[in-house]
Amino acid sequence: MNPDAIANVAMGLALAPLLFGVINRVKAVFAGRRGQPLLQPYFDVVKLLGKGAVYSRTTTWVFRAGPVVGLASALAALCVVPFGGERALIGFEGDLLLFAGLFGLMRFFTVCAALDTGSAFEGMGASREVQFSALAEPALLLGLAAAARRTGCMSLSGLFEEASGMDPAAALPVFSLAAMAVFIVFLCENARIPVDDPNTHLELTMIHEVMVLDHSGPDFAFITYGAAVKMWVLGALFAGLAVPFRTGIHWLDAALAVAFMFAVAAATGVVESTMARLRLLRVPHLLAGACALSAVAYVLLLR
Amino acid sequence: MELLLAAIIVLPASGFAALLLGRLPKASAAAGAAGPLAACCLAAAPVFRALSAAPAEFLRIEWSMPFGSATMELDALGAFFLAPVLGLSALSAVYGAGYMNAHGGGRLPGWHWLCFNVLVAAMAAVCLARNALFFLAAWEIMALASFFLVASESGSKEAREASWTYMAAAHAGAAFLIPMFLLLSQGTGSLDFADFSVEPGSATASLCFALALIGFGSKAGIMPLHVWLPEAHPAAPSHVSALMSGVMIKTGIYGLVRVLTMLGPPPTWWGFALIALGAASGVMGVLLALAQHDLKRLLAYHSIENIGIIVMGLGLWILGVSTGHPAMAALGFAGALLHVVNHAVFKGLLFMGAGSVLTGAGTRDVEKLGGLLKRMPATGAAFLVGAAAICGLPPLNGFVSEFLVFLGSLDGAANGGPLPAVLAAAVILSLALIAGLASACFAKAFGIVFLGEPRTPEAAASRESGALMTAPMAILSILCFAIGIGGFAAVQAAEPVVLSVCGPGSGGVIEAASRSLAGAATAFGVLIALAVLLAVLRKVLLFRRESGQAGTWDCGYAAPSAKMQYTASSFAQPLADFFGHFLGQRKHFVPPNGYFPKESSLETETPDRCLDGFYVPAFRAGRAVLSKFLVLQQGRIQIYVLYLVLTLLVLLIWKLGF
Repeated sequence: MNPDAIANVAMGLALAPLLFGVINRVKAVFAGRRGQPLLQPYFDVVKLLGKGAVYSRTTTWVFRAGPVVGLASALAALCVVPFGGERALIGFEGDLLLFAGLFGLMRFFTVCAALDTGSAFEGMGASREVQFSALAEPALLLGLAAAARRTGCMSLSGLFEEASGMDPAAALPVFSLAAMAVFIVFLCENARIPVDDPNTHLELTMIHEVMVLDHSGPDFAFITYGAAVKMWVLGALFAGLAVPFRTGIHWLDAALAVAFMFAVAAATGVVESTMARLRLLRVPHLLAGACALSAVAYVLLLR
Repeated sequence: MELLLAAIIVLPASGFAALLLGRLPKASAAAGAAGPLAACCLAAAPVFRALSAAPAEFLRIEWSMPFGSATMELDALGAFFLAPVLGLSALSAVYGAGYMNAHGGGRLPGWHWLCFNVLVAAMAAVCLARNALFFLAAWEIMALASFFLVASESGSKEAREASWTYMAAAHAGAAFLIPMFLLLSQGTGSLDFADFSVEPGSATASLCFALALIGFGSKAGIMPLHVWLPEAHPAAPSHVSALMSGVMIKTGIYGLVRVLTMLGPPPTWWGFALIALGAASGVMGVLLALAQHDLKRLLAYHSIENIGIIVMGLGLWILGVSTGHPAMAALGFAGALLHVVNHAVFKGLLFMGAGSVLTGAGTRDVEKLGGLLKRMPATGAAFLVGAAAICGLPPLNGFVSEFLVFLGSLDGAANGGPLPAVLAAAVILSLALIAGLASACFAKAFGIVFLGEPRTPEAAASRESGALMTAPMAILSILCFAIGIGGFAAVQAAEPVVLSVCGPGSGGVIEAASRSLAGAATAFGVLIALAVLLAVLRKVLLFRRESGQAGTWDCGYAAPSAKMQYTASSFAQPLADFFGHFLGQRKHFVPPNGYFPKESSLETETPDRCLDGFYVPAFRAGRAVLSKFLVLQQGRIQIYVLYLVLTLLVLLIWKLGF
């Protein structure tokens, strides 16, 4: 067991909700408000953990299993993603597919839990969620395949390690294109604008939020925390692709990576403050665009 | 080998016993189901021996047929296909006994069980045959037995038409196999597989490949030769669907692999063709599945999707061999092999689940179901496991084989030249898209059927099936987990087959893949441990706390009814619309009209474009041409005698003339 990798996992566990805090603060600044405290997401999770729960009479054990499996998959994904120049806790050739698969599992159970309530609104959200993620997955995997072709490595850890030692001119074109694709996937999978609006107040227009309408108490705490961890994990992947270079000094790399994560959160806040949400019919086009970026990155390497 | 022979003999024997007991449906079912169970036990030892790389067992029985001999051999490749055939047969036989009893014994139970057992025996014989004539005989018996089985559940017009479609497809396929075997035997004139030879890289080899692809592909259900699957699987009794979809279509894959091993070093275009067909089958299969409302039809389209994944794996194998990428070849082949087994496990499970739903609620129409998990907890849980497995989600078995195919294509992407890299990227894209769409489809299938509120009184009154039906599903669910977590061991079990086909050099690749899967198993361990931990944490947190019950929050609406739930069609609508150009979905929409709209309706149907756009017109044209020859058919015996005489005369003149 690599102690640095364990430290990275612990850091992800501790800092993930802060990403939401940063996004909210940036949005508040843009809107000219004071905004909620930076640590508000932590307060929310703690408060929810201390509450009772209300369940719909329609639901079964699948509804209760949804948040548990979702959070467990997000945490497992945290163990698979490398961070700050350090290898991941669990890494092997082809772990990219496991990475995608864990999010697939999380989504599958969230969607099933939503359908378990029998609510038309939650069904609608579930239907949109599966549509968008089905189109996001090719962009993610093809982008990573392009990075794998550039470096000749087939594991996330190996890929980032190899890239850190490469000539920037050789690595940057492919990595930056793949990173752009992954950023779109990041926005889509984390239910941010321009795909989904986490602050919308109309159930009809929600995607992710509407699927968890019926969850309450500790279940909802799991969901909130799971969403934060998911954002951290996908952000770490984006960070690794966008800035593949390392100083070689361990603590400095880790600090820079954390700083970059919060820069990503701030950027997400800027996107949310300056862009309108896309019409639902346009979202697939955006994701197809992400696929196209990945494909361009891949085509650059076909010689 | 004697044990295997005994297994093949015990099957029809128990079938005949069931036939004799035909008046007593329960006794007949017991006698019929005993056959596959006994065969499975008898054959277990030789199959495991063959899988552990023991030398192949050989048996030759002379046959008073020109060129024919009952030559049988059990090698690692055959054993790898034989194991799921016998295993799933035994489980579906047990399930079938429960299913037939729940359906009042079925029509003609004796004949049903005879056909069922003959089908199993024929599939086993196909995996063992080493003589073309013997192989084709077993192949035809397999087709005939399953033809009767498809027609056996209901006497309805649809079931009869479905069985005829299947019969036509099976025979059209066989028509391509006969010339292929003749081409292969040209060199020596012997129809034994051991004597087959063809000049590597020649046009004959490519012709053989094309014939095998069409002939075996129509059995396997490769697009566009798949049209019989979505017709035959829903019509057949559910345990027969499980068997046909789980293992019978895999005999097509087996035949393809067997012939490919005889053809020598392949040219690149074979790999290209396999990958293109596999990707088309995979993506179109899952898209068409998404648009279906009939649960078993949906599953049938998913069989096409999974065959697509298997064929893509085979394509990577051929591509790797032809372009000199042994790792890609071995991983693609190993992935295809394991997916054959995994698909047998989870698709068998899902068809059994669908059969249980049909038995309990009386309909296969997804839109009429709902809320079944409360009423059929065991079936629902098993179906959920199967659904997650078929989507390739960790930690289940579907993930393992898709992982190997993915790893093979990633190897091509990372280390291959331009051409393999492009094809590898196509495989990666298709796999990713298939995984996402399959998740959407099974979230729909499971969510609409088992979750929410029942949409009809029949669904509300449904009841759990008996132990005979739920026990096989439980076993298959456990297998899904076992192969998923023990993927590293499963790939090692496939190693002798991969070594025998891809050469001894691929041992290292398989070892590396096994290490990767061991890494994945660690992650699965973490995942399961975390899930258990969190579930316990949740229980502790909610212990003695107020935990209320309420209606579902419907945004303030106080009296939601079951009819207001999202339906399967509406769930699939965004994706069906986005891929509308490929699907050709038809909508019949009566919009609400006027200030006080009274009625409006929306109906969607997704016909198979291959069937309606090509086969139906082609067969109609063929019939129009052939009906011109109806003049020959006068129905008078004198005319036919005249034909005989004329034919003899022509033959006589021909014989004298040369």
